[in-house]
Amino acid sequence: MGLLGKTIGVAPIGCSVVAHQFMNVDMCEAAHGRAPAVASGIRRVHPERVVFTYQGDGDLASIGMGEIVHAAARGEKFTTFFINNGIYGMTGGQMAPTTLIGQRSTTSVDGRTREQAGMPLKICELLATLDGPDYIERVSLDSPAHIRAAKKAVRKAFEYQLAGKGFTFVELLSTCPTNWGLTPPEAMKRMREEVAAYYPLGVYKDTGKEAE
Amino acid sequence: MAKRFKVIFDRERCKGCELCRSFCPKQIIAMDTQVNAKGYCPAMITDQESCIGCQSCATVCPDCAIEIYQLEEGEA
Repeated sequence: MGLLGKTIGVAPIGCSVVAHQFMNVDMCEAAHGRAPAVASGIRRVHPERVVFTYQGDGDLASIGMGEIVHAAARGEKFTTFFINNGIYGMTGGQMAPTTLIGQRSTTSVDGRTREQAGMPLKICELLATLDGPDYIERVSLDSPAHIRAAKKAVRKAFEYQLAGKGFTFVELLSTCPTNWGLTPPEAMKRMREEVAAYYPLGVYKDTGKEAE
Repeated sequence: MAKRFKVIFDRERCKGCELCRSFCPKQIIAMDTQVNAKGYCPAMITDQESCIGCQSCATVCPDCAIEIYQLEEGEA
């Protein structure tokens, strides 16, 4: 899209804490969960720039829940990529807000139960109830076809941002073979069959399409 | 004449996760028995001529270790 030179990313805390070393784009590091607040500031000071945050589920859905909800409610003009693998990866596989019922982690060794930890959070559905966001989609990275669809969703989010629309949000279901205790192909299979069953894929909000 | 493709694996980048092998529709990707410098068994192609150039392996590779080229006629 030729945006590399004018794009600023905001990296989170978690597995992707060194995202600025993986991606060849100018990036800023935010405190745990605070990437939406930092991105709001950057985008307001530099309205001509393209701004995005890259956040995991531990970062966005637990400690950063306040920031993401309010940034979305304000309709801040940046894009958030929410990488949901249902577990805290960097710290060693603890239960996250998005960990599925029955899923084992180091803090739910017999599997998560509803009585003890409640139900996993569905962030796309939650944010779609707000008026601020302009585009919310959940995609999965479980197969080559879905990866191509995810690429389109990412492009669409950036196109909306370039068009001056408000908050855009793409949730990407992802695997964590290490902490799920599975091989990468097994983890892909679990994501396709179990994770996507609880987190349905699809567009949750698209004001551009509604307007047509 | 059918299109022909050449698939190149970056042996040193590959960490042997086997995702490319599991998604290859022609099942022509196998894991090498020789390890790379990091000690992983990298992916390799067993039957170059059967490749249909669908790019599934390259799409799914987390480490961008796969490159696919379309061969000109007569090129090996």
